[in-house]
Amino acid sequence: MKHRALIPILYIFFLMVPIYWLVIMSFKTTNEILGGFSLFPQVWTFESYQTIFTDPTWYWGYINSISYVTLNTVISLAVALPAAYAFSRYRFMGDKHLFFWLLTNRMAPAAVFALPFFQLYSAVGLFDTYLAVALAHCLFNIPLSVWILEGFMSGVPKELDETAYVDGYSFPVFFVKIFLPTIKAGVGVAAFFCFMFSWVELLLAKTLTAVYAKPIAAVMTRTASSAGYELGLLAAAGVLTIIPGAIVIYFVRNYIAKGFAMGRV
Amino acid sequence: MKTENPKAWFFVLPVLALVAFNALIPLMTVVNYSVQETFGNNLFFWQGLDWFENILRSDRFHGALGRQILFTATILAIEIPLGVIIALAMPRSGPWVSVCLVLMALPLLIPWNVVGAMWNIFTLPDIGLLGYTLNTVLGIDYDMTQNPTAAWATIILMDVWHWTSLVVLLAYAGLISIPEPYYQAARIDGASNWSVFRYIQLPKMKRVLTIAVLLRFMDSFNIYTEVFVLTGGGPGNSTTLLSIDLVKVALGQFDLGNAAAMSLIYFAFTLLVSWLFYTIMMKDEE
Amino acid sequence: MAKITLDKLSHSYDPNPSGPDDYALKEIDLDWVDGGAYALLGPSGCGKSTLLNIISGLLTPSDGRVLFDGKDVTDLPPDQRNIAQVFQFPVIYDTMSVYDNLAFPLRNRGVDAARVDKRVMEIATMLELEDQLKTRASNLTPDNKQKISMGRGLVRDDVNVVMFDEPLTVIDPALKWKLRSKLKELHQKIAVTMIYVTHDQTEALTFADQVVVMQDGIIVQIGTPVELFERPRHTFVGHFIGSPGMNVLPCEVSGGLATFGGHPVELEGRISKVGQKTEIGIRPEYVRLTDSGIPAVVRKAADIGRHTVVEVIAGKSSINAIIDGPPPEAGTQVHLSFDPSQTRVYSDGWIATEVAS
Repeated sequence: MKHRALIPILYIFFLMVPIYWLVIMSFKTTNEILGGFSLFPQVWTFESYQTIFTDPTWYWGYINSISYVTLNTVISLAVALPAAYAFSRYRFMGDKHLFFWLLTNRMAPAAVFALPFFQLYSAVGLFDTYLAVALAHCLFNIPLSVWILEGFMSGVPKELDETAYVDGYSFPVFFVKIFLPTIKAGVGVAAFFCFMFSWVELLLAKTLTAVYAKPIAAVMTRTASSAGYELGLLAAAGVLTIIPGAIVIYFVRNYIAKGFAMGRV
Repeated sequence: MKTENPKAWFFVLPVLALVAFNALIPLMTVVNYSVQETFGNNLFFWQGLDWFENILRSDRFHGALGRQILFTATILAIEIPLGVIIALAMPRSGPWVSVCLVLMALPLLIPWNVVGAMWNIFTLPDIGLLGYTLNTVLGIDYDMTQNPTAAWATIILMDVWHWTSLVVLLAYAGLISIPEPYYQAARIDGASNWSVFRYIQLPKMKRVLTIAVLLRFMDSFNIYTEVFVLTGGGPGNSTTLLSIDLVKVALGQFDLGNAAAMSLIYFAFTLLVSWLFYTIMMKDEE
Repeated sequence: MAKITLDKLSHSYDPNPSGPDDYALKEIDLDWVDGGAYALLGPSGCGKSTLLNIISGLLTPSDGRVLFDGKDVTDLPPDQRNIAQVFQFPVIYDTMSVYDNLAFPLRNRGVDAARVDKRVMEIATMLELEDQLKTRASNLTPDNKQKISMGRGLVRDDVNVVMFDEPLTVIDPALKWKLRSKLKELHQKIAVTMIYVTHDQTEALTFADQVVVMQDGIIVQIGTPVELFERPRHTFVGHFIGSPGMNVLPCEVSGGLATFGGHPVELEGRISKVGQKTEIGIRPEYVRLTDSGIPAVVRKAADIGRHTVVEVIAGKSSINAIIDGPPPEAGTQVHLSFDPSQTRVYSDGWIATEVAS
């Protein structure tokens, strides 16, 4: 038994090493970084973090990212919930085809959409806004959310709906007060995936923004090229992007195993 | 179980609208461009299927496609078995489970450019942890910016680091859904560990593994950011995978017709293989 | 084949039990005779599954010993005890054929192919699965899958005991009786000890020669189905068995006589002890509606085909009676009379009258 435990331990160690390196880098001065190799900072410095917290370009990057990610999660869930309910409870003309078509969008290479999106969102005047990125990410997040939510909803017996009607609940009240609480794990999982995908995606986010809605990822890449190689700053920015993710995982840790099977196992 | 209800379309309308907006309109644009030649200034000339022909014949496309296939095949061959092994080795219950899962999920939530940047910093020949270890401590000549093999090894290692956890989480979810009596019955039947894996665990994991393969195939085939930030597609074009090539053509050269046609071929290919996987997966569900 | 002895067994799932409530099994001393058909009957949470898992070795008891033929097996794992267990839902190897499923336990023990074939055919024929041997196990109906589970348990000829943990739970009601009869048939052909755990009295009473009734972690009574019905030694047994179960009525005892609501009640025999709580137990089958006796009012009555079940209220108690003939109207005034030979006093739940011999 002891031997078996070694495998996950080694794997986690392997995962933590580059992260450790990033964290360490963020506390070193640029001179020390470029000057040679050291496992541990010789001089601890908070310079990089200070820059980020004080320079508007930097912290706005974070605010922008969090904003469009949240916006996307809300929109995706809001439209996915009724759709998933329909797929789960009703049969209608073209339902299977529609479902499949939705999933195919998840399979599309983002690069294919980069240019067309640029033109499309510019044309409707949404270029460089939170809404643009939030909507663009919907292409990928909505199908996934519908798939996940449908899986969870199918696990709820129809009798619940029928009982509610007999009891006199109107549909909206039933949906919000009775149905949603039973699938809250599913909603949590879907929200997690929306957040996850939208937070990590760069290509589209960069393509659709310029100044006002610039995500932190874009700020980072700009810094890396323009100001020479300020590795410490880059590292600090990177560390700060990991934190929201860590917080989100912590909150859904009890649902992770269930959710990764998308409610269908 | 399900009732017939045409009104259900109302429920689906918002989704349809949003996804159609994002999918159909760009698609139409792309199709439009793919059959025309442009010299900028909004001048378009009908090209028919010339672009498609050019691309399908071009060495450049073949090169990118070949590299992409090699990349995807390699990471699937590593990540799927590795993920399953790790999932099997994990405890089925207890306090350590949450800890393990949270730590393992961490790489999945790092923005992709940060992943690329992280590995960049990590592998710098003299000042990165891995670079230093390989070059100075182990004496291996390693420089990702000079040596295509080193670049390949690095992008594969990075992808394994980044995504294996997804396979682990999926496989683990499949494993813990197996009710305890199956293991009890196997003990009573005197089954060996290998038998337990082969006859109980593997069959029950088939669903999740298909999802895992499907997802990893799709995402690795479309990979862009991490690799681009790490190697830029180089040295030369040795790590220029399909997406990277496409973006170079589309946004770099602004060669719209070419890029559009390439997009469609690329999309079609991904769609075909994904559809095959999906059909297999749904068939099992019946 | 083995005689199974449970010696001062008790079990708590809590590593530091503080009181009797922490124990799933309180104290069990029991001998299971070789080759017998037993049922472990009791409501959910009474400890029967715990007991089953301790006998099979899937659970190690916190106190006490389990002996097979006098040998202490308490610490032995299941595969070394030569037991077989059938679970609530069919546990089969989906990817294997029916034949391979049945052969699996034998092959794992290195039995040669000829013997394996002989044994598998024997069991398959007994279970009426011989036509489906080549079929993939996952394609069978649930009742046939359960048969495979049972078959895997019986295919080894050195099996000491076969245990069934509510095996008909997922079976269609229409097929339950078929499987039950099949089980009884199997027991008659293969004289191996079988222990059948259930909360359904019909299953228990039709299958078993001896029924062990459990409640709250203790064994309340062991006996043949007839004994349990005719003379329940505990109010729980009386109430649990029978449909509807035995009537349990509060009574006063003084001077060797029992009274219910002021009315004297004739009993089967002498009252042997009087504890804190005294009750009268009488089965509905032995309650008659007559012209004189304990006055009561009919609350409701239902003709259920074979007979009529009448529920009456006498004083503050609700009493069931089973009678022949048409159901009386609700509200009718009636009188009850109890058959003395079937009327007993229970003291603190346990039987307290002795039969006059």
